[in-house]
Amino acid sequence: MNLSFLPFELSWEMFLDISPTHYLVVAFVLFAIGLTGVLVRRNAVLILMSIELMLNASNIVLLAFGRSFGIAEQSAGAFVVFIITVAAAEAIVGLALIIACYRRRQDVNADKFNLMRW
Amino acid sequence: MYYSFSELVSPLLFYLFAFITLAAALLVVLARNIFHCALFLILSLFGVAALFITLDAEFIAAVQVLVYIGAIAVLIVFAIMLTGRIADPLVRQTTRAYILGAFVGALILFVLIYALMSITPLSPYTPETTANGSPTYTLGELLMTKYLLPFEVVSILLVAALVGAIILARGDKKASDVQEGKR
Repeated sequence: MNLSFLPFELSWEMFLDISPTHYLVVAFVLFAIGLTGVLVRRNAVLILMSIELMLNASNIVLLAFGRSFGIAEQSAGAFVVFIITVAAAEAIVGLALIIACYRRRQDVNADKFNLMRW
Repeated sequence: MYYSFSELVSPLLFYLFAFITLAAALLVVLARNIFHCALFLILSLFGVAALFITLDAEFIAAVQVLVYIGAIAVLIVFAIMLTGRIADPLVRQTTRAYILGAFVGALILFVLIYALMSITPLSPYTPETTANGSPTYTLGELLMTKYLLPFEVVSILLVAALVGAIILARGDKKASDVQEGKR
C-alpha cells in the first residue's frame, strides 16, 4: 500500500507514544461533532448540549498543551477551571431562557424563535 | 521496538477513553430520543474526565464530574422534562439542512486536522516521576495568587447568572396567576 502522500511516516511509535497531537485530534473531532450538532439540531436544549461538547474540546486542548510544560506548571488548569465555571453560568442562563420561551410559545424549536428577524 | 505491558497500558487507556468520548458525543448528535441524548452527553463528559486524568489533571477531572455531570447534566435533564412534548421521540429533531450542517462540520474538522499535520510533530509526553508538590497544590496556589482577580470575577459572574436565571425562569407573575386562577 502506497502511503507516500502522507506528510509523515507511519510507525508503531506514532500510535504508542502519546503526544499532544493525539489529544488534539480527539479534541478536534469532538469540536466538529459539537459544531455539527449545533447546526443540525433544531431543539434548543440539544443545541446547548452540543455547545457543551465544543467547550469540552477546548478544555482538552488547553490541558494537552499544559501537560507538555510539565505538571509543575498549572496555568492551563486554572484556565480550564474558569472555562468550566463560565460554561456552568452559560448553561444556567441558556436553560432558563429556553424554559421562558417554552412557557410563552409551548415550543423549543430554535427555527421558530424568529420574532426579531427582519 | 518492543513495548512492555505497562508501556502499552496507558496508550490503550487513552484510546479507550477517546473512543468512549467520541462515540457518546456522536450519539448525542445522532440519537432520536432527546432523553437518550442527555444520557449520552453524561457518558461523553465522563470520558472527557477520564482523559483529564490521563493528562495528570485529577482535580480538573473531579471538577468536571462535579460541575458538568453533577450540575449541568442534571439541569439539562430537568429542562428536557419541563419542556414537555419535546421528549417525544416522534417529534422531528433535525433541521431540513442537516446534510449542509454535517458538511460544514466535516469541513471544519478537515481544516483543523490539515493545520495540525502542517506543523512540526509535537514531542511525546515525558513521564515525570519526581514532581515537586502535587499538581492540585500548585493549581490552588495559582488560583489564590496569580489568578485571584479572574477567580473573583468568575464568582461574581456565576452569582449574576444564577440571579438572572431565577428571574427568567420564574416568568411573568401575572401570567402564572392567570394560569392558577384557571385551575
